[in-house]
Amino acid sequence: MAPFIRIQNISKKYGKLLAVDNVSFDLEKGELFSLLGPSGCGKTTLLRILAGFELTTEGYVEIDGQDMVDVDPADRPVNIMFQNYALFPHMSVSNNIGYGLKRASLPDNEIKSRVSELLELVHLNGMGERKPSTLSGGQRQRVALARALARRPKLLLLDEPLAALDKKLRSETQFELCKIQEQLGTTFVVVTHDQEEAMTLSTRIGVMNNGKLVQVGTPNEIYEQPQTTFVADFVGEISFIEVTVKEQKEPYWLMQGAVPIHVSTGAKFRINQKVNLALRPEKISLTSKPTGKINEFPVEITDWAFYGAGTQYRVVGPGGINLKLYESHNLPSKSNARQPETGFINFSPDSIIILER
Amino acid sequence: MNYFFQKFGRILVIWLPLGWLLLFFMLPLVEMINVSFSEARRAVPPYIPAFQIGSEGFSFRPVLDNYLLIYEYWEDYLWPAINSIRLAFFSTLYCLLFAYPMAWWIARSNKSIQHILLILVLMPFWTSSLLRMYALIGLLNPNGFINDVLIWAGITVTPIQMMQTDFSIYSGMILTYLPLMILPLYASLVRLDVSIIEAAADLGAKKWDIFRTIVLPLSIPGIVAGSLLVFIPAVGEFVIPALLGGPEQLMLGKVIWTEFFRNRDWPVAAAIAIILIAIIILPIVYARYQDRERIS
Repeated sequence: MAPFIRIQNISKKYGKLLAVDNVSFDLEKGELFSLLGPSGCGKTTLLRILAGFELTTEGYVEIDGQDMVDVDPADRPVNIMFQNYALFPHMSVSNNIGYGLKRASLPDNEIKSRVSELLELVHLNGMGERKPSTLSGGQRQRVALARALARRPKLLLLDEPLAALDKKLRSETQFELCKIQEQLGTTFVVVTHDQEEAMTLSTRIGVMNNGKLVQVGTPNEIYEQPQTTFVADFVGEISFIEVTVKEQKEPYWLMQGAVPIHVSTGAKFRINQKVNLALRPEKISLTSKPTGKINEFPVEITDWAFYGAGTQYRVVGPGGINLKLYESHNLPSKSNARQPETGFINFSPDSIIILER
Repeated sequence: MNYFFQKFGRILVIWLPLGWLLLFFMLPLVEMINVSFSEARRAVPPYIPAFQIGSEGFSFRPVLDNYLLIYEYWEDYLWPAINSIRLAFFSTLYCLLFAYPMAWWIARSNKSIQHILLILVLMPFWTSSLLRMYALIGLLNPNGFINDVLIWAGITVTPIQMMQTDFSIYSGMILTYLPLMILPLYASLVRLDVSIIEAAADLGAKKWDIFRTIVLPLSIPGIVAGSLLVFIPAVGEFVIPALLGGPEQLMLGKVIWTEFFRNRDWPVAAAIAIILIAIIILPIVYARYQDRERIS
């Protein structure tokens, strides 16, 4: 079966600058797909290509079996929610939401009932007559969402949908957005630079860098099995150790850097191959005394920060290995006054991410 | 010391323009009202001021004669008034029609050339208005440049009459007043967020729909400001119709000029001017009042 949305070999050039570089991915119906990347990575350009505001230099977009290349933004079964919401300041909330329905020449009474349905959906009942300027940021965001959903698009594009909201409101709105998405079954593509937002929202994430789509996967895959140093570094906290493959000693590979490190055998290596080992902070345990576990070495604690739910440490091991590690407070945390200055760390050979160098 | 300068600076910034307005705008207007209630006489100045401060204190003896005279001979003033208002109205309309696409184009063009385009819009202001009118006459005359070209190209055998027509008058008016319309329109259109237009397109609006439902309503402040800037001076305009129009086009501005300089009847001239100001100002005040009512 053909995928619901197919994005095939999309490239976009601005003069000599390649803003989007040969991007391909498919979307299934009802997916919530996030395009994640640093600013200037081409994710917004890609979104604008999907909306029809930008023409592609190469490649094509297919939605529900229909080629979109020559289709005007007005005629695409796609709607977009802008980062600044782009509400019409001279129209009431109802007229904003009903704008797209009116363009579709729906009868007035149907527009009215659809608008009140949408107001209900985004919890803005009774706000229909207000002007956008009298609403709070969160309410404006919901008007923009309702307006974008009004035409029942096959694909909804959201450009940094939560960026303009404060932190507390953002997490509430995140869940609200997911709920609405599940309820309607509309396919969403969200552009964001916030990896936490991408993690919590998405069924799948596409990580972009320099115009290229570097990895596509579920949030779990992106976090636990990043395929490049860029993805590992961009998504979540991580530390790197440079090592050389030494020998295979079943069931481990022995890697030699500043310290010997054992890695579970899964992948194939050449002897003397140089690789990067990557470690998530929460995978590393910190103890005051040696435990005799595998991959253990003494460290000096250089810095720590209390996060409430846990404490993050920066430690330096033999040979100047810098590592970040995170200890969650399973028991009530004690006063911060006496933090140890040295200790031992260990980590499981299974928890190491191996990246090519 | 610093504080003193700050405070002094603040006072200066507020009071200097205010003082300027009082001295050169309010006082002449008050004096004009004063003259309009004065009695005419053959002397210098050619009137006995209604209100004056002399050696024996101040006296206040207003006369209504000037206004009564205008009321009595209202038919003599009606047609010039209608001519003036019609001229101002159509000049405003034509300026709006020409200026809107230009302002839109400037507002949507590359940021780096916007300034150059705006300077080009203002450039005609750097030469004398009178000089530009004579240049226009040179173009439109029966033996002017345009007719020469038309005859040379064989499009017409005899020169086309362009001078002393509505065409020549409105050409002059548009030439003079277009920048006053373009600038406020540009200011309101340049503030229009592109994403709002894209949002409308995304929601299924075609070009005309976007203009009608989004761009036009959001540029109304610019349209109003530009229209006032053109309409108000255009009502009092008499040089352009006198130079470019026929003798039958008597404007209120010309009537005032005649009363002042031919008849040396300053009080009547002042009274006409005051009535003209009232005709212009009252609708604006009323519109603003309505606006405020609607908002509250």
